[in-house]
Amino acid sequence: MSTLAIDKSGPSRKVKYGSMSRDRAWALRWSYFFLVLFAIFFLTPPVYMLITSLKSSAEISAATNPWWVFHPTLSNYVELLTSNQFLRFFWNSSIVSIVVVIVTMLISIPAAFALARMKFWGSATLATGVFLTYLIPDSLLFIPLFKMLGVVQDYTGITLLNRWYVLLFIYPTLTVPFCTWIMIGYFASIPKELDEAALIDGASWLQTLTRIFIPVALPGLIAATIFAFTVSWAQFLYPLVFTTSIDQLVLPVGITTTLIKGDVFNWGQIMTGALLGAAPPLIIYAFLMDYYIAGLTAGATKG
Amino acid sequence: MADVVVERGRVARATGARKGKSLRNALGRKSTVAFFLTLPLILLIALLVLYPAFYSLYLATLNKAMTKFVGLGNFTFLFKRETFWMVVQQSCIFAITAVIFKALIGFIVAHFVHNIPGKKQRKWRGMLLVPWVIPPAMSTLAWLWLFDPSYSAFNYTLSFFGVGPIPWLGDTFWARFSVILVNVWYGAPFFLIMYLAALKSVPDQLYEAAAIDGANWWQKIWHITLPMMRNIIAITTLFSLIVTFANFDIVRILTSGGPLDTTHLFATWAFQVGIQSSDIPLGACVSLFMVPILAVAAIFILRDVTKRGNEA
Repeated sequence: MSTLAIDKSGPSRKVKYGSMSRDRAWALRWSYFFLVLFAIFFLTPPVYMLITSLKSSAEISAATNPWWVFHPTLSNYVELLTSNQFLRFFWNSSIVSIVVVIVTMLISIPAAFALARMKFWGSATLATGVFLTYLIPDSLLFIPLFKMLGVVQDYTGITLLNRWYVLLFIYPTLTVPFCTWIMIGYFASIPKELDEAALIDGASWLQTLTRIFIPVALPGLIAATIFAFTVSWAQFLYPLVFTTSIDQLVLPVGITTTLIKGDVFNWGQIMTGALLGAAPPLIIYAFLMDYYIAGLTAGATKG
Repeated sequence: MADVVVERGRVARATGARKGKSLRNALGRKSTVAFFLTLPLILLIALLVLYPAFYSLYLATLNKAMTKFVGLGNFTFLFKRETFWMVVQQSCIFAITAVIFKALIGFIVAHFVHNIPGKKQRKWRGMLLVPWVIPPAMSTLAWLWLFDPSYSAFNYTLSFFGVGPIPWLGDTFWARFSVILVNVWYGAPFFLIMYLAALKSVPDQLYEAAAIDGANWWQKIWHITLPMMRNIIAITTLFSLIVTFANFDIVRILTSGGPLDTTHLFATWAFQVGIQSSDIPLGACVSLFMVPILAVAAIFILRDVTKRGNEA
């Protein structure tokens, strides 16, 4: 009886501190305050890229306030966008990323369909294997792949090293496992009744896939496409190892190796190049943020 | 009416599969179809992931000219080199510190974003995820410029507070600090998004019940938020541990391993040894040292992911 009284006095005293709504108002104010601090931390580098890209070399070397542009100029953009070399990088990156996205989809959609719907010998093991493959990082495979390409080149006489098109074979190793994995999740969430109905109506497996699965799982498909594109666009290690000639480079490697010339860093141009290189994923993200986030969280939540 | 037909068809197929021959043929066709649908995937994984992984084991046992089998010679050679142990130490410091800070910042910021009402939340989330969207090679260039020895914008700002100039990339401690800082900057938004999704899945009633019981904010986090998010925290952390441990871009662009090889990770050192100094077997050997940690993390992730799959 006495303990009960003590227990009750505890919470009742707390009430004095204030109402829940006032607590919430304060929590909100503090949240905004800290969010602004974190937003500054997160956005400083991209904003600084933009600031520097609008400066002339003279203004940069004059070491005036680095956070402000006194004489804004677009000369860096004009110079890069009219330079054949930079456009070449951009073109290489675009063609590689687009082809890799298509290849990835052609491989992972049928595979995910089979793994999600057709139980066959080893299908569960294969699904697990796909997930494990996704966890193998590029930095583990670049040396054996480099040597392998060299060996294949010696045997067949087809030039593979130092050619951009070799990336078309290599990049899918990074994109296909993850895309297959999240597509398995999306396909598995489609009610079985839907494809059973299609089968009874006499649809073939192919028709079930193209008429039912792909339209219904379209959000997942978009998320996977975005993932494949951003991964191919951002990949740095493989092109750094496999390509060296200037006309074969993709954007990230091109900017880091050609714009940084010895000790003379032309920072205005480097930042412009970096910003232009970051633009395609940023634009996609701006328009398709929800799909982007769905893809991001799907990897760990679907299974 | 239609339902009955479907049911009957299903039953007939299920029993037929055990007995009838013609239906077994149909099943055979199904697995043939499945085989062809997964064939490209199997080929890709076998030829370009599994084969190179084992090939790298083989490469690691050759001498530099790749003409002679030296067994574990490369490994014993590495064990005797001071740089190797420094790389091991730095990789562990880098991965563990970066992951802890990413998880902490992600957790804290996720709470702040979660507090913000409805529509504004979308805007903040969109803004805070930007570091994850920019290709790391591009954003690291911006950091390199922010850390520039003579024009560093950070040092310019700090000079107003009478601090600095700080040798961001020139001194061992600061260079290590800088590569971790950039990695945290790049990776924290991923944690933020994962944790935010997890926070949204915690039912509000639990917090309301706790508030009525007089729980303070710490008790709410400790007794409700953390247990409810345990699985997602585990998966995200392990996953990030793998990615951070195998990181290449940031260190390569920021310091190239310097000063005096003190910021090298396995990946960047393997690149320097294997590709730049063209000692492929030794490089393969260095990168193979990532395998044990990756394997342990992968096993735990797999366990958690399948557990989630069973719950759902």
